[in-house]
Amino acid sequence: MADLTIDLRNGLKLKNPVMTASGTFGYGEEYEDFFDISQLGGIIVKGTTGSRREGNPYPRMTETPKGMLNAVGLQNKGVDHFVKEIYPRIKDYATNILVNVSGSTVDEYEDVARKINELENIPGIELNISCPNVKEGGMAFGTSCPSAVAVINAVRKVYDKHIMVKLSPNVTNVAEIAHAVEGEGADSVSLINTLLGMAIDAETRKPLLSTITGGLSGPAVKPVALRMVWQVSQVVKIPVVGLGGIMNADDAIEFMLAGASAIQIGTANFIDPLVSVKVIKGIEDYCERHDVKAVRELTGAMITE
Amino acid sequence: MKKYIDDFVVVENRRLNHEYVILTLQLDRELPEILPGQFAEVKVENGPDTFLRRPISIHDADYDKMQIKLMVQEIGEGTRIMGGLQKGDSLNLVYPLGSSFSEPDTDDVLLVGGGCGVAPLLYLGRRLKQKGITPKFLLGAGNRNGLVAIEEYEKVGEVNVTTEDGSAGTKGYVIHHPLMKTDKPAYGHVYTCGPEPMMKVVARFAQKHNIKCEVSLENKMACGIGACLCCVTDTQDGRVCTCTDGPVFDSTYLKWQI
Repeated sequence: MADLTIDLRNGLKLKNPVMTASGTFGYGEEYEDFFDISQLGGIIVKGTTGSRREGNPYPRMTETPKGMLNAVGLQNKGVDHFVKEIYPRIKDYATNILVNVSGSTVDEYEDVARKINELENIPGIELNISCPNVKEGGMAFGTSCPSAVAVINAVRKVYDKHIMVKLSPNVTNVAEIAHAVEGEGADSVSLINTLLGMAIDAETRKPLLSTITGGLSGPAVKPVALRMVWQVSQVVKIPVVGLGGIMNADDAIEFMLAGASAIQIGTANFIDPLVSVKVIKGIEDYCERHDVKAVRELTGAMITE
Repeated sequence: MKKYIDDFVVVENRRLNHEYVILTLQLDRELPEILPGQFAEVKVENGPDTFLRRPISIHDADYDKMQIKLMVQEIGEGTRIMGGLQKGDSLNLVYPLGSSFSEPDTDDVLLVGGGCGVAPLLYLGRRLKQKGITPKFLLGAGNRNGLVAIEEYEKVGEVNVTTEDGSAGTKGYVIHHPLMKTDKPAYGHVYTCGPEPMMKVVARFAQKHNIKCEVSLENKMACGIGACLCCVTDTQDGRVCTCTDGPVFDSTYLKWQI
């Protein structure tokens, strides 16, 4: 059997390259009835902010061709609730639990990161500078180099474990942002967050989301995500974690060939709660079929000539 | 309650009218406990544009036959694909999901349904009857053709109907029926499922008469298991997921303007 382990460095070692994306897998508990979640390479839990947020009003989701738009807007009960109530329930899962950290201000990111740093069984955070569904912060930090730099710089000072930075696709040059983020000490980058989009009901003339615009995910965005993972992997030395419309093992392999060291499964969890374990098995089969000894050999192994 | 993901086989697709069907689905082993008001997330295969599962309430469950029934109203591409399923087709379900209707403290209960909202009331009525309670149904539709599978409800309880055009039962909406125009309602618990404006007038009536009222919401959902936080509704405790905290709520818990 192929070696599936991936070392994303600075303490983040995965038993396989498959993680579940923030906001699509709850705190893991929601999926425990379906399979043993300790099989996963990692779980990235819901976006967590300094204080409780109610998110955006309903409706905040609509289906689109081969995808969906959402405008949840970081609904969560705040970092203190996570530390007190949720962490004790999930800390003993035999997989990597990463907390997705978000905020409206640099101070808020710093505050959340500092509190998560105290949690022994959390080996890393995913810094969300790319949420398209909040009025302040979120994506605003991830769409320009100076603001992205300011967040990473502040968080790096208070957080010494693995920092994965989740990048926005809603930029002119994603490689430039990735490069800037690497320069501030990020340990890895994950991409892509959702693509800004919108939907209207022609009959009623009304927008289908309360916020009018939202974030597009699902297979519809995969070609864009794949292109961006490839572009970023050309310019950074830190590991790249690929996501965006991965529905099966072939999709996952494609992201690795484009330059990803690991992948995240997001929207597909809604359609098939078992998809992540199926992808792990499919990657294993692929390695067998192609005589790949270690899955890490696939990273950037696209053949262009 | 433990959630399952299972492949069922369609053993019957009974067409009720131009837009409603009832699918009878067979499991190859014993059904898990399913409570009235719960729903399944149904995977729709081969739709050129569909993507997400479709949340459909459990219309009936038969533990002896290891079968469940889903009433489907064809309102979009996904439900039209479901409506076209044939005997022998396979259907993947994540179930049973969500909260359920509670047991009443009284023997006098009213079950009010409109449109496809009548679906979960059959299973609720059957379970009440098993407990020795004969439910009163009040079912509304646009016209007599829209009153579907009435004979099934008649086997379980007393059936009253309204139609907007007066082609069957009392003319008007459910709120115009004598059962809801009285100052002394002869029931102590109301269960309702259907269009939101209908549920709101039912809830208003119940609150006015101090009757417990449970409503079943039909919010748009993605995951159905509390992970995506898309199907929220405003409650006394802030925004909660309709798929896990609901779909059945006590009407006074919701922040409805009624």
